[in-house]
Amino acid sequence: MKKAAQTLKRRMHGVMFRFPGMITCNEFEDFILAYLEDELPPARKRVFELHLRVCRSCRLYLAAYKRTLAAAKATRKDYDELEASVPEDLIAAILAAKDS
Amino acid sequence: MIEPHSRSDTVSDLDFEEIVRGNTAWMVAVAQRILKDRSLSEDAVQVAFSKIYRSLDGFEGRSNLRTWMHRFVVNEALMLLRKQKRVNERPIDPLLPEFDRNGCRVDDPFTLPITSEDHLHSRQVRDIMKEKIEELPDPYRIVLVLRDIEEMSTIEVAEALGLSEANVKVRLHRARAALKKLLEPMMRGGAL
Ligand SMILES: [Zn+2]
Repeated sequence: MKKAAQTLKRRMHGVMFRFPGMITCNEFEDFILAYLEDELPPARKRVFELHLRVCRSCRLYLAAYKRTLAAAKATRKDYDELEASVPEDLIAAILAAKDS
Repeated sequence: MIEPHSRSDTVSDLDFEEIVRGNTAWMVAVAQRILKDRSLSEDAVQVAFSKIYRSLDGFEGRSNLRTWMHRFVVNEALMLLRKQKRVNERPIDPLLPEFDRNGCRVDDPFTLPITSEDHLHSRQVRDIMKEKIEELPDPYRIVLVLRDIEEMSTIEVAEALGLSEANVKVRLHRARAALKKLLEPMMRGGAL
């Protein structure tokens, strides 16, 4: 039943997304990167944001996409932990090899 | 007119040792993100430093020293990566979002758990991220590492990899989407 309801909902969305000024989820997907980098021309940005308002699937998708990105960026911090673990023989090897 | 400095004016052996001591850790971290291997990464850093030493005269302080050195270690690591036999070439398609014939999203949506910024920086989350990023197919993983983690620009990544900017953007988006897919069980379970 849940499956059938989802299919029906998708079909209705499919019709709605063909209205002028609307895009499909698939087109929405293609604009995500440019949207997040603020590279969409104003008209396209409006269309993107309209889709975001009417489509819950894409709203949830974009939220998870942004969380993924934030978590990936957070891995940068492991520099600090490596600081303590640089072996002295690596430093020595670098200094010895510099003229080679 | 300003005379170019000779080697002895610009960098003594002592200064160079200071540079090495102060920068090896983060350079190994960068190489390791690209190569996924500690010992190869140390090799990359060692070669990078010998090139840095020979090029120090050319460093004119136009960019920050760290930014300048970053390029050396990235290039050496990419060079070593290209020589590796065991590249991850799993297909990306199964990790990308699906759409029906009307262009509607078919994946099962989920509400994201509320998470603090601190949690994303926790050791636990960073370990998960490291593992999942390493599961991405190499051609996509590398673009995500260079753009999103190393914060290089699209143009810089395109040049480093010999790709068009458009191709870098496509790969970056797919890499993020695929990573999201790999992280989904953790996000649904509230761990991320
Ligand atoms: Zn949608």
